[in-house]
Amino acid sequence: MRPEIALPILIPLFFGALSLAVWRSRLAQRWLAVIGTGALLASGIWLLFATLNQGPLVTTLGDWQAPFGIVLVSDLLGAIMVLLAGLMAFSAAVYSLAAMGEGHERFGYYPLLHMLLAGVCGAFLTGDIFNLFVWFEVLLIASFALLILGGERAQMEGAIKYVTINLISSAVLLTAIGLVYGLVGSLNMADLAVKFADADAEHTGLITVIAMLFMISFGIKAAAFPLFFWLPASYHTPPVAVSALFAGLLTKVGVYALYRFFTLIFTQDAELIQTILIWGGTITMVVGVLGAAAHFEFRRILAFHSVSQIGYMILALGLMSPLAIAGGLIYTFHHSVVKTNLFFVSGVSYRLRGTHELKELGGLYRAAPWLSLLFLISALSLAGIPPLSGFFAKFVLVRGALDLQFWVVTGIALAVGLLTLFSMTKIWAEAFWKAAPENAPTPPPVEPGQPLYLMYLPIIGLAAIAVLMGIFGEAVFELAMLAAEQLEDSRIYIEAVLGENP
Amino acid sequence: MLLAVLSGFLLAAAVPWLYKLLQGRINWALALLPAGLTVYFASFMPEIAAGDQVLVSYNWIPSLDIQLSFLLDGLSLMFALLISGIGTFILLYAGSYLHGDRDLPKFYIFILAFMASMLGLVLSNNLISLFVFWELTSITSYMLIGYHHEQLKSRKSALQGLLVTVGGGMALMAGLILMGSVAGTYEISEILNNGDVIRDSGLYTGILILILIGTFSKSAQVPLHFWLPNAMAAPTPVSAYLHSATMVKAGVYLLARLNPSLGETELWHTILPLFGALTMFTGMFLAYRSTEIKKILAYTTLMALGTLTMLIGIGTELAIGAAMTFLLAHALYKASLFLVAGSLDHSTGTKDITKMGGLARIMPITTYAAILAALSMAGIAPLFGFIAKEMLFEAVLESNYLTSFLLVLTVATAMLGVAIGGVIALRPFFGARKETPSKPHEAPFAMWIGPATLATLGLLCGLLPFLPERGILSAAVTSVYGEYESFYLTLWHGFNLPLMLSIASIAVGVLLFFGWDAIRARLLWLDKVFAYGPERGYEKALDGMNWTAQWQTRVLQNGYLRYYLLTILATLIGLVGYTLFTGYEPRLLFDFVGVQFIEAVIAILIVLAAVVAATTHSRLGAVVSVGVVGFGVALVYVLFSAPDLGITQVLVETLTVLLLVLVLFRLPEFLDLSSTAARMRDAVVAVAVGSLFTLLLLTATELQLHDPISQFFVENSEPEGHGRNIVNVILVDFRALDTLGEIFVLALAAIGVYAMIKFRAEEYKK
Repeated sequence: MRPEIALPILIPLFFGALSLAVWRSRLAQRWLAVIGTGALLASGIWLLFATLNQGPLVTTLGDWQAPFGIVLVSDLLGAIMVLLAGLMAFSAAVYSLAAMGEGHERFGYYPLLHMLLAGVCGAFLTGDIFNLFVWFEVLLIASFALLILGGERAQMEGAIKYVTINLISSAVLLTAIGLVYGLVGSLNMADLAVKFADADAEHTGLITVIAMLFMISFGIKAAAFPLFFWLPASYHTPPVAVSALFAGLLTKVGVYALYRFFTLIFTQDAELIQTILIWGGTITMVVGVLGAAAHFEFRRILAFHSVSQIGYMILALGLMSPLAIAGGLIYTFHHSVVKTNLFFVSGVSYRLRGTHELKELGGLYRAAPWLSLLFLISALSLAGIPPLSGFFAKFVLVRGALDLQFWVVTGIALAVGLLTLFSMTKIWAEAFWKAAPENAPTPPPVEPGQPLYLMYLPIIGLAAIAVLMGIFGEAVFELAMLAAEQLEDSRIYIEAVLGENP
Repeated sequence: MLLAVLSGFLLAAAVPWLYKLLQGRINWALALLPAGLTVYFASFMPEIAAGDQVLVSYNWIPSLDIQLSFLLDGLSLMFALLISGIGTFILLYAGSYLHGDRDLPKFYIFILAFMASMLGLVLSNNLISLFVFWELTSITSYMLIGYHHEQLKSRKSALQGLLVTVGGGMALMAGLILMGSVAGTYEISEILNNGDVIRDSGLYTGILILILIGTFSKSAQVPLHFWLPNAMAAPTPVSAYLHSATMVKAGVYLLARLNPSLGETELWHTILPLFGALTMFTGMFLAYRSTEIKKILAYTTLMALGTLTMLIGIGTELAIGAAMTFLLAHALYKASLFLVAGSLDHSTGTKDITKMGGLARIMPITTYAAILAALSMAGIAPLFGFIAKEMLFEAVLESNYLTSFLLVLTVATAMLGVAIGGVIALRPFFGARKETPSKPHEAPFAMWIGPATLATLGLLCGLLPFLPERGILSAAVTSVYGEYESFYLTLWHGFNLPLMLSIASIAVGVLLFFGWDAIRARLLWLDKVFAYGPERGYEKALDGMNWTAQWQTRVLQNGYLRYYLLTILATLIGLVGYTLFTGYEPRLLFDFVGVQFIEAVIAILIVLAAVVAATTHSRLGAVVSVGVVGFGVALVYVLFSAPDLGITQVLVETLTVLLLVLVLFRLPEFLDLSSTAARMRDAVVAVAVGSLFTLLLLTATELQLHDPISQFFVENSEPEGHGRNIVNVILVDFRALDTLGEIFVLALAAIGVYAMIKFRAEEYKK
């Protein structure tokens, strides 16, 4: 029994329940939010170090041995993702203290937040495909509730698209799980990997068909082309703290699942799957960045742009070399940090200016120079400008692609980087450089007890991470490379779960 | 060395505090840093001149072979000296030029950061860290071009410069990575020693083209030159420093740096001189047509960049020598001229050279600097520019490729150069005084010390050419060319062809000078032609991209959930259908033997109910039909001995139907909005998805690749799980975590529903 594996699930569940228990006290819920997410972050750090030092960790729940019971598994990929979840959660919680309206806090924002995190961490850690489905449901319902919290018209419209499309994803996933169980009679990921690998050649075709179902389902969750529609439709509608958390975390669950399934379980028809991933990822990059270029609203640009970055991560998976996958992992982590931070910045600019429309924004460079700096760090990092985190993510990925001689894909990836820079300079030129327009709206009234510095703290923290990931690139890269090597050699995972010679 | 490079960044970070402390006098304090750096780098001169190199390396990301390693040799030392030396004067100058400007601290931050990036760029001994600094210069340049950020023009110019240089940077990055992969290292000093590996590699052409795109964009070679004149939207000290003396030379620097490993191929000897010569002539020609002093200088900078590219491309010992000499000469006179231009603008309030006149008496020191620098640019003896021009002629005459083409352009450029030099040296300062927007005055000390010093240096170098030669140039030539035989500088080369060409160009140049106003007026019609130049291409490309983006987003993210679902389902059909039919033989044979009558009845009932639900125009009918489907499924459960599942299903269905019926009465009238065609389309997709899944299920249920784990549950349920109902034991013991998760799903749904009903955000926004 390894407590540190279960903690990232138990902590948010516990704090979620506790927050429900103190439903009437805003103050208590606020404190619990910070303590709970802080604890989650701490447990994420603990888990990563434990996994790093001792190899993949496994806990059997109820002491039922794999493949019969449910296991929680923490390999480096899972541990990194959990750490990322903790980081995003903690930042969002602190930010929420100053940014979340009283109404949201009174109607369950914090309990929803905790339970969303439980779903996310559960998905990262479970070693069982049906259990993964359960955690997907937890995070789907939690995110849906967060999305509609406030009941504004735009929110409802976005949420309907969000939930409908995601339910299709769930239905496809459930069907696929059912088919898998029917075929090999097991739900344990490691066990499935062994049994699929054992299958006769005449059946690989059918296994590939099922793999397609998983790819569609996770592709929807990850917001890949042409399955991404729910994301640009909904991400800009809720309060900024929610958008920020979603942008940083939710699509990553889909990306994580793709990485897990297509490095561990479905490795039979690698060529076809890689081709689909590579071109799907490439088109996703282009479509996403053009979508961002077409918009003139701060949050919409950021939201649509997430699609583009997801493309890089899927492309990296498709390339399948350790270097490319390491690049993809760095990209995933970096993108969460930076994109969440950009959403945070948009929240501050909204507080100062009362609008998200670029046309109505302006003058922030003079009025808020420090905010400008923080925006620049995140935006340039997103665009892959050195020496920030995004550059090394891009560098590793591009080098991985060039090593495999994927010329066209590399060219597109680089061009998309340039267009990313274009989108970011659009925000910069309009919101920061341009003088404030005369008919600008008035900023919203600030509720008492919501000091601005609480919004700045997480922004500074995340910007610092974006810088430090560049400066301490060696440590980051080594970790990502270790994680990628674990993914490449699926025996490591299988033996950790099922023991030697399964 | 690391500290020398990074000190600029550190000082930049300290500017906000220093500015509070020192206010307007901060430029004197800040200038100490580049001054100190100049001394520091100068202290290496004897060592480097003796033929040594300094190599320092710090670990950054050793696993990726990315190192903070620095190489100080002749080439990098010359650049480092220019960067820090000119930087000193720029900082001094800017404090006076931008005196009282409220964005001044930001200016210092970015110019210091730029200086540090530039130093890093030229000193880097690692391709990737070089690229890091390369990109940083683009970003700092963006911030500086957009210094007057409330003006639309500044913002547009800044963006243009950024997109062109960073776009080129992307190509450069790919080129450098490939180069590193071929050479097996990113360390430049190692790459330079095995140039043959790269030249012989099949990737050579690709690498060369990628790197050339990068360097040409940075060094503004035709047709990527248009961003540079627009970059003059920046304050003059920025133009002087970045867009003339240093940053734009980064591309040239990289070409020179990589000459030993990329050069000496036919491709190199043709592409570089071709683009270089075209840029050289285009620049000078455009300069001749302009009247705004900053624009003139910007275009002559193009000329210089083209000349350098051409010379590096020619690649002979003579050409490299000429390139290095020209580079130094240009840096000295051009920085000086830009600062003079700033002083003129500052003092008279206009940038138009035709509106100035007779300023020599009012601004004697500025006049002195302007004349020396402009004559050096024109290539008049005994200034340093003369020596450079002589060597240029000589090198072009001895080039092995495109000789006559290069020679014609070079001579034509030299003629125009004389005229332009004359215009700048004479027009503002002599002749009749003209009314200017503000009352002219001599520039303050901080603003004349720079141009005067640099211009004087140009004179000294011309008179005493052995000083720059022994001090730095010969070492620089060694870095770029390797061991040379007979590189030396002298004013007097004897009566030879280059001297003839010089004299001829001066003669024609003088004519062109006197005819400046008239010829310019006659060339005005060219404006219409130039309107279709590469800049137009850039704008069209940007518009096209924006248009495509709008179009694509309108089509894809159209706002209609039904199209989203259609697309997703079509993708599903495509991927699953494709793999199913190409990769596997779906089992279409289905054995109806053994199907009981009652099962068939239920199946048909379910299908019929589904069809009714989809086609009926009555809401109630649809709800009831869906209910029939659900109850049918419950019956199936019961038939296959899963009574508990059946009970659950019945409960859920009953509740759903009841709730839906309750809601029905609150809904508006049933309307038929979709066209028949749309309905048919939807029907096709629905039937396709349904059939595909049915087929898949039929295929998969036939197969059992492994024994299921359920036997374990059967065996262990009672002895280990202490329960006789296996389903119960699975739910609360074997797979209890699933159940826990589902409990939380319920709790979440409850909160969500409660909040949705009770909470209206508007009510809190009073």
